[in-house]
Formats: sequence, structure tokens, C-alpha cells
Amino acid sequence: MLYAILCYNDEDVVGAWTKEEDDEVMTRLAAVQEKLTKQGRLGPVARLMPTTAATTLRKSGNEPIVIDGPFAETKEQFLGFYVVDCASLDEALDISRELSIANPGTGSYEIRPISIFRPGQTTS
Amino acid sequence: MTDANWIDAALTAARPQAVGALLRYFRNLDVAEEAFQEACVKALKNWTKNGPPRDPTAWLIFVGRNSAIDVVRRQAKQQPLPPEEVLSDLEDNETAIAEKIDGADYRDDILRLLFICCHPDLPATQQIPLALRIVSGLSVKQIAKAFLVGESAMEQRITRAKGRIAAGEIPFETPDPIERAERLAAVAAMVYLIFNEGYSAAANEQQARIPLCEEAIRLIRLLLRMYPTEPEIMGLAALLLLQNARSAARFDAKGEVVLLEDQDRKLWNREMINEGLALIDKAMRHRQPGPYQIQSAIAALHARAQTADATDWIEIDLLYGALERMMPSPVITLNRAVAVAKVRGPAAALTLIEPLEERLSGYFHYFGVKGGLLMKIGRNGEAREAFNRAIALANTAAEAAHIRMHLDSLSKK
Repeated sequence: MLYAILCYNDEDVVGAWTKEEDDEVMTRLAAVQEKLTKQGRLGPVARLMPTTAATTLRKSGNEPIVIDGPFAETKEQFLGFYVVDCASLDEALDISRELSIANPGTGSYEIRPISIFRPGQTTS
Repeated sequence: MTDANWIDAALTAARPQAVGALLRYFRNLDVAEEAFQEACVKALKNWTKNGPPRDPTAWLIFVGRNSAIDVVRRQAKQQPLPPEEVLSDLEDNETAIAEKIDGADYRDDILRLLFICCHPDLPATQQIPLALRIVSGLSVKQIAKAFLVGESAMEQRITRAKGRIAAGEIPFETPDPIERAERLAAVAAMVYLIFNEGYSAAANEQQARIPLCEEAIRLIRLLLRMYPTEPEIMGLAALLLLQNARSAARFDAKGEVVLLEDQDRKLWNREMINEGLALIDKAMRHRQPGPYQIQSAIAALHARAQTADATDWIEIDLLYGALERMMPSPVITLNRAVAVAKVRGPAAALTLIEPLEERLSGYFHYFGVKGGLLMKIGRNGEAREAFNRAIALANTAAEAAHIRMHLDSLSKK
């Protein structure tokens, strides 16, 4: 079954990483990803820009409302995701544990089974 | 990343809000800073053992506040009591703190902390180090390095700045909307100063001064998180990102300046450019143009051009025209002349800048641009004269070297 692993963290903390620390975390996360890729279990992966770059379109009546930033103000923000193929929740939790070892400290991973998946393809 | 690394990042991220809240309680910058330091020491011990608390900032404020209350009480036994309003503020109970931390007034705390660093009595040379020390939490050593001065000289500069602030009035009452807007504008201007302090460095100093650009970007992101609907804050954030994206291409291997049109655009940081473009798109939607937005729109046109030849100079000329109307300045007109030269030719650009000569008689770039324009229309004698004046006014060896290159090419003609 496909699972989405959604990454949440305080973006102020992530923003306080030095370039070296950021690179180091990315290298360690890449190692976890590579293992999954070799096993043919890794789908799309994304790191999102800070929420300051985000815009929300909120459906409301006839004319949707456009809001700067994410709709909800929370202590931890949605900062990225992985799509992985796992036989069970335990496997998905194991992968999340590996990710948390590669990127320790604050934050959390939300493991969400995927209902419909269309990987799609962009042309540019 | 070790424990120390992530704890360090968490403390740095919490600092503006925590020190801002502690300053509101104790109304004294030194007490607030010491309280925060004390809380950090306890955090290092406690978090390593127990992992991060659910809300690190609230934890630091609570622990810092308690330790400073102890200090204030101990001093009170030896010294006469501090003024009543200081003490009364210390008697809040725990629930009140939790409310205050969750409430919206943390924005005013951070804004106040930044705003006191922009005190009008402080020259920019003191404002910037003070903000980096108090708000960003850089060490005196780091700041001294970025400013290319000795550590004790920087220590003195910061102490002097703090003294001036302590002698003056710190505005503690909650600002009204107009005051808030004024504070935000002053703070934004200071963030831009911090960025330029790093960005205007020569090649050999660049490495040491990069942290200034990075701190400025971190601060503008903080402001943007606090005021997510302010188009000018989006504009300034976009401007800093778009400019910083070009840093790897700005100097050649010999440390000489590479002009925008000659830069290798593959060296530009696409990630930063994309974030900058996303922000300027967001800002424009508000239809409230301002100087930062216009400058970032100009930077965005450069960033969007695949090659220098593909630059939309007509639009850049129009944007500079709008900027001139918004804040008339000979330097802006001079920048516009570069666009005018591309759109209507060097002679038209020369006509535009010649009236500025008196006001810009001490400005390196004026004579650099003037010499370039004269050279293009074949008035080589006058061009040489302008270049010589530019060299006399050059701020760095790299600037002078760049003009000498033009002089050399003139003498070959």
C-alpha cells in the first residue's frame, strides 16, 4: 500500500540551520531515500518553500477568498512529504524512524495511507 | 546533526520572541538578555536528557522569567526597591503567562525588540551590531568578524549603543496601528541596511560578511511570518532573495567585479530566485506598490531573463520612473539611466544624468556610468576624464580595477 509521510517542523527552527547543517541533513536524508529507491519503494518527494511564500484560496460562497500564507496558524508547519510503498503501517513507521534519525530534534511525521495516487508528469 | 546542533537552532529560532517577552516583563535589556542566557544554559542540560519541550519558546520564557525574578529579588534585599510598576509586573501567575505567550502580542514584543535597535540616536554602525547581538544572538566575535574590526572594539560599540538605549525611553505601551506601521517601516529599513552591509563587501571580504546577508534574510522572513499580508515586507524579502541569489556570480576568480550583464547566470541560485519570484507575485496582488516592491520587480526582471540580451529594459525603465516619482533621488535617476541607454541610446541617458553632476560630484558610480556613456558615443577625451574622476572616488580596489579596464580599452583606440 502507498503511504504519504508528511513532514512537520517549526520553520523558524529549520530556518536557523546554517547552510552546512542544512546540507548535512539533506545528505543524510538522501541516503535513506537512496535505499528506498533501490528497493523500488520511493515515489515523489518534495521539500516545500517556507509558508511565507504560500497563498491560500479559501472556498466561500460564490467568490473564493485569497489569503496570504497558510490558512491555519500553527506552531509546526507542513514542510514536505514522501510517498512510499509499504506492506504495513509498521514498515511506514520504520521509514519514519529512519528519517527522524537522519533529521533529529524538533518536528513530527504524519503517516497517511494514500487513497488515490496519480504520479502525473510535468513537461518543463 | 548532533544534539548541540538542533538545540542551538531551536534556541536561535526562539530568541527574538523569548528576549522580546522577557524585555516586556523586566523592562531592562540587560536583565532580559541574562534571563534568556540562563534559560539557554538550563535548556542545554534539560533538552539533551528529555528531548525538546512541546513549545520551546514558552519553556525558555517561563524558565528565564523565574530565574530573573530570583535575581531581582536577591538584589532587592541589598538595594532599594525598584519602581512599583516593575515589581507589579512580576507578580503575574503562571496561567497569565501562558495566555500572553499564546496571544497575539508576541508580535509587538519582537517588533519592539527590533525597533529599539533602530533608535534614532544610534548611528547605523551601532544599530546593526546591536540588532545582530540582541535579536539574532550572534556572538560579539562573529559580529566583529563580519564588520572587520577587533573584538574589543565591537564590544565597546555594542556597550555604548546599549547605554544610549538604557538612557532613553523604551516604548512599552502597546503601539497603535500608526505607530506599529512606523515601527515596521523603521525595522524593515534596518534589515535592508544589514543586508547591504554584507552585500556591498569586496570579494576578499565577502566570505566574512556573508553571515550579514543570511541574517538579514532570516530577519525579513521573521517579519513576514509576523505580518504575512504586508506587501512591502514581501517586496523587501523578494528583493533580498533575488539579490542574494546572484552572489556566486558577482566576482571573478581574481576577485574583480563582474557586472550584471556579464555574469554567468548558471551560477545564480534558482531556489532563492524562485522564492523571490513567488513573493513578488504575492505582493503585486495587493495593488499597493511601494519602493521595495518596485526594486524587487526590477530585480525579478533581471532574474527572469535567460540571457542579458533578453532583459526587458523597457519595463525596467518604466519601473525606475515609478520609483523616481515615489522617492526622488539622483542615485535612482542614475540607475534609470542604465535602462534608458539600452532603450533610447547612450546620448539620451547622458542628457538624463548630466543635471545630476553637482549633487553626485563625490559619487564613484556617477563618473563610472558617465564615462561609459561618453565612450559609447565616441567622446573619448571626456570619457577618460570621467573615468579618472571615478578612480579617484573608488571605494574598493576592485572598483578602481574595473574602471582601469575601460581606460585601457580607450587607450587602444
